[in-house]
Amino acid sequence: MPKDNGIGESPKRREDVRFLTGRGQYTDDMKLHGQCYAHFVRSDVAHGIIKSIDTSAAGKMPGVCAIFTGEDFVEVGGNPAGWLINNRDGTPMKEPKRPVLAHGKVRHVGDAYAAVIAETYEQAVDAAEAIEADIDEQDAIIDMAQALANSDHRVHDEIDDNCCFDWGWIEDNRAATDAAFEGAAHVTSLELVNNRLVPNAMEGRASIADYNPGTDHYTLYTTSQNPHLTRLLISAFVMGIAENKLTIIAPDIGGGFGSKIYHYGEEALVLAASKKLGRPVKWAATRSESFMTDAHGRDHVTKMELATDALGNFLAIRTATMANMGAYLSNFATATPTYLHGTVMAGNYTVPLVYVNVKAVFTNTAPVDAYRGAGRPEATFQLERVIDMCARELGMDPLELRRKNFIQPDQFPFTTAAGVEYDSGNFGALVDKLEEIGDLKGFAARKAESADRGLLRGLGINTYIEACGLAPSNLAGILGARVGLYDAATVRVNATGNISVMTGAHSHGQGHETVFPQIVADLLGIPAESVEIVHGDTSKIPFGMGTYGSRSLSVAGSAIVKATEKIISKATKIAAHMMEAAEADVTFEDGTFAVAGTDKSLQFGEVAFKAYVPHDFPHDELEPGLEETAFYDPANFTYPSGAYACEVEVDPDTGKVTVCSFAAADDVGNVINPMIVEGQIHGGLGQGIGQALVENCVYDENGQLLSGSYMDYTMPRADDLPSFTVDQTALTPCAHNPLGTKGAGEAGAIGSPPTVVNAVVDALSDLGVTHIDMPVSPSRVWSAIQAAK
Amino acid sequence: MTSVSMTVNGKAVSGEVEGRTLLSHFLREDLQLTGTHIGCDTSQCGACTVHVNGKSVKACTMFALEAEGAEVATIEGMANADGSLGVIQAAFQEHHGLQCGFCTPGMVMAAADLLAANSNPSEADIRGHLEGNICRCTGYHNIIKSIQAAAAQMG
Amino acid sequence: MYDFQFEKPSTVAEAVAALASEDAMALGGGQTLIPTMKQRLAAPSVLVSLTGIAEMQGVSASGGLVTVGGSAVHADVASGAGDYPALAALAGNIGDPAVRNRGTIGGSVANNDPSADYPAAVLASGATVNTDRRAISADDFFQGMFETALEEGEIVTSVEFPLPESANYQKFDQPASRFALVGVFVAKHADGVRVAVTGASEGGVYRWTEAEEALSASFDASALADLSVDASGMISDLHGSSEYRANLVGVLTARAVAACS
Repeated sequence: MPKDNGIGESPKRREDVRFLTGRGQYTDDMKLHGQCYAHFVRSDVAHGIIKSIDTSAAGKMPGVCAIFTGEDFVEVGGNPAGWLINNRDGTPMKEPKRPVLAHGKVRHVGDAYAAVIAETYEQAVDAAEAIEADIDEQDAIIDMAQALANSDHRVHDEIDDNCCFDWGWIEDNRAATDAAFEGAAHVTSLELVNNRLVPNAMEGRASIADYNPGTDHYTLYTTSQNPHLTRLLISAFVMGIAENKLTIIAPDIGGGFGSKIYHYGEEALVLAASKKLGRPVKWAATRSESFMTDAHGRDHVTKMELATDALGNFLAIRTATMANMGAYLSNFATATPTYLHGTVMAGNYTVPLVYVNVKAVFTNTAPVDAYRGAGRPEATFQLERVIDMCARELGMDPLELRRKNFIQPDQFPFTTAAGVEYDSGNFGALVDKLEEIGDLKGFAARKAESADRGLLRGLGINTYIEACGLAPSNLAGILGARVGLYDAATVRVNATGNISVMTGAHSHGQGHETVFPQIVADLLGIPAESVEIVHGDTSKIPFGMGTYGSRSLSVAGSAIVKATEKIISKATKIAAHMMEAAEADVTFEDGTFAVAGTDKSLQFGEVAFKAYVPHDFPHDELEPGLEETAFYDPANFTYPSGAYACEVEVDPDTGKVTVCSFAAADDVGNVINPMIVEGQIHGGLGQGIGQALVENCVYDENGQLLSGSYMDYTMPRADDLPSFTVDQTALTPCAHNPLGTKGAGEAGAIGSPPTVVNAVVDALSDLGVTHIDMPVSPSRVWSAIQAAK
Repeated sequence: MTSVSMTVNGKAVSGEVEGRTLLSHFLREDLQLTGTHIGCDTSQCGACTVHVNGKSVKACTMFALEAEGAEVATIEGMANADGSLGVIQAAFQEHHGLQCGFCTPGMVMAAADLLAANSNPSEADIRGHLEGNICRCTGYHNIIKSIQAAAAQMG
Repeated sequence: MYDFQFEKPSTVAEAVAALASEDAMALGGGQTLIPTMKQRLAAPSVLVSLTGIAEMQGVSASGGLVTVGGSAVHADVASGAGDYPALAALAGNIGDPAVRNRGTIGGSVANNDPSADYPAAVLASGATVNTDRRAISADDFFQGMFETALEEGEIVTSVEFPLPESANYQKFDQPASRFALVGVFVAKHADGVRVAVTGASEGGVYRWTEAEEALSASFDASALADLSVDASGMISDLHGSSEYRANLVGVLTARAVAACS
């Protein structure tokens, strides 16, 4: 029975009140006394040598406070890659310096080479127009295959083949995998593109730096999903500011989806400018700047192969990918196509051999990094597309082919051929649930009805598994991470019994302010309303790693459980003292301490009060106060999984695809707040269907960004999407964290793209169409139909 | 600088603005009504949606001087007189129609505009009416549900 | 954006006078101009709002004509042009609801964006564009992408649409901007059929004369079966090749004809 708004309940979100009344406090909503404005001067060419930058005229313009160029940051450090990946031969990857402002060269459209600080935003823009930069345009390096092949053109002069790394996973399996393919009865091969995306959180990035000369202390308000990580990067790598002299505050954040994990040069610039001027300095991105400079997502070109025996038993998977890094390495860029990608290439299947090769390539485009799902959507897409294609080639039902190769419930824990150990799952149960909620049996009748209207209906099926809840620090360290991936919580019981929980996770849509109190309330037997969450301020919270990789509940939530358990332990000691009983005889249930076998009892609030009024504490045995901190480092990744079905109608005359229905059965482990989990699934589906159907970031051969605004980059709108049918009841709890949760944030974005494309191909299969790259836009579908004729 | 006067959420306000001062800028910077958000520069995302003389408009694509003498309503004026959430706002909370909250003010204003003209919209009506309001978090599912619920309650 | 002086005249004469100053520009609903100014791609010294001019407001019908004031917003046409359902439907599908509450017909036709909806209606209807100084037939008004017969400082005061016997507009959205990737307006008049195509051609809105001849002979989609649309001169971009647009011209024309009958 859930306690008052405890685990399993769906209380209304408390953060909603401020958002619904216009009282949210996003970074750009803040106005600090005396603040001035930064504007960045950005390259309009993709690749060029900076010969000179003349700021003399601009410096005399009205309102100008300061001008910076790359010269001003030559002495400071570079923004580092967070993971060091080794090449197949064991040598380390190439890591070019990523400066605060471009120096020597500009390397993508939007690369900032100067910044103007002025009294008003418009004055800063006016002055920027007066900066005279002599930039010698070079040929742009855009196509990845050409970038690898042509050493005359280099994004970074010191990297001759534009290759960051050439990675093999698992390198020791390479020969055996090749041999399995040689002997296989059937091989399905597919070349595909995983389209480049722009994250497009609705709030653009923004930062305000406030340096106090009196205390030599910096405060940075910034759009970050992980304020401590940002502080660490700025302090340890880029600016050298002591961590205890730098406070990072990430206030209300209007969505992140990965793009606000990373430290960006604009943050360093406003800090430097504020120090120089002794005044707050604000920068807020325009949407155009967001398109040009936010870390993009995906952008893989892949060959995928699946070997089976004649009966459809999977024998081996072999794949080679070129992954676009863009012009510089963003903080998690190198982990995304490797350890977040290759490690789930076995999918839900018992396939005995997997070999993944990834070449990471520098190009004159914006940096590419983790975007909702990060590596796992790419793996799932290539795997589930090739399985679908294989089923058609073998004349088998796509769902039955998958079932046949599933890891069975009694095989967990199961170590896959891609080298990770899945702790739990029941893929058959998910498919059973999907067949029910998606009414798959009724498809044939619906297809006939669509045909009556001249439309081709298709059914796409997909199953997925992901590795999230990032991540066990020891494993991450072995794999090259420069950070640990634990999280932290402090539970502070106040004297009057209410509670403040300081968490290292950051909520920017996930509802932590509502969900985390449910956990504490459940454990302590108190109303959730008496628990308040504090997040996003490094001066208040313990050192946590933030929110991404579907980790907040499983990792930061587990830290809250650990800290709350410490509270119970301490409070039990106090209660024992108060009731003059042995600690071992004191029980705690539903907020009440009692001494077994007596009628003595104390409410939690009474014990809390005593903790702060310790007049009779034995000081050598019992400390005053009731506040505990815990760090939690997960033992393994978590492995959410799911089964999805999508029905589409294709208009053969125009190529237009309409998503008619979408059903999703997900195993996200235990569910703390069903309403919020459903919302997370919906959002992931929206972004995944968006990738499949409409979204596409395109650079032309000169490196100009063709999809640089909402006029050309299609965001999924309400009328592009159907209502969804979702279910999270076919669940298996995570076996290694105290909540049994697996994570729900990325699931929808991982599972849905292949579902949509499988449906479109199904609709067109009678015409002979076997694959269409994403987005399956009307013109692409129409062209595929024409080509098949 | 030119003087401009208008009524915002029922209160007479005035200020000194440049020709280029957008209504969104005037609301956010001069009146500190920062619930009206800026999400794009091409008049598409709808985070800045407000009502001018009872019609929804994008406050980022209208000059403050164009609103001279107008009745302007923003998200800050949508709660009930006692401060409790209005019907549409309450429906968004009840049905989890928001996540990060950034597009939400525009969504609520667009929903109010729709329901003023059509008290019983179909799902397709609602989806069509939100063509100019982009949400990145919710997949729209619960926004539609929220507006349907508000419509039912408003009768 | 660059600063400018804002003027809001209340008569056409005052507006014409205000537009005589150097680098003055007219401001309709601003739904295209303001985003352009934000990019600093337009720099008027004076911006003359036309929305305060009473004589340029409203939608009226009489004598087989629907007259739309130059400053009438799309929402007004959607709700007020009931005598011309195809026009009302077109106006009700421009942009999004908030844009329709600001954008004006005068602004749209004066800008003549090659992907705008209104030019197709004006051209297929054989409408007359009235300005502060003359009346211009649709066939003379549109002169290529972003080009019109308007002189410097000339204001579109109204557009007069003769009512066809039947008409229909088929729009295929450019998915991001929601402008027309291709839009085809078919109008069957007593003296023949006019077919206007927007979104497709690098030359802006145009009449598909082969289709007009075929449909004037037989107003049935089957009359189009033997026609082919030449892809040369069609727009090609990341949303569709010229061949794709050519295909849409044929498909949408047939659908518009079918919807007329």
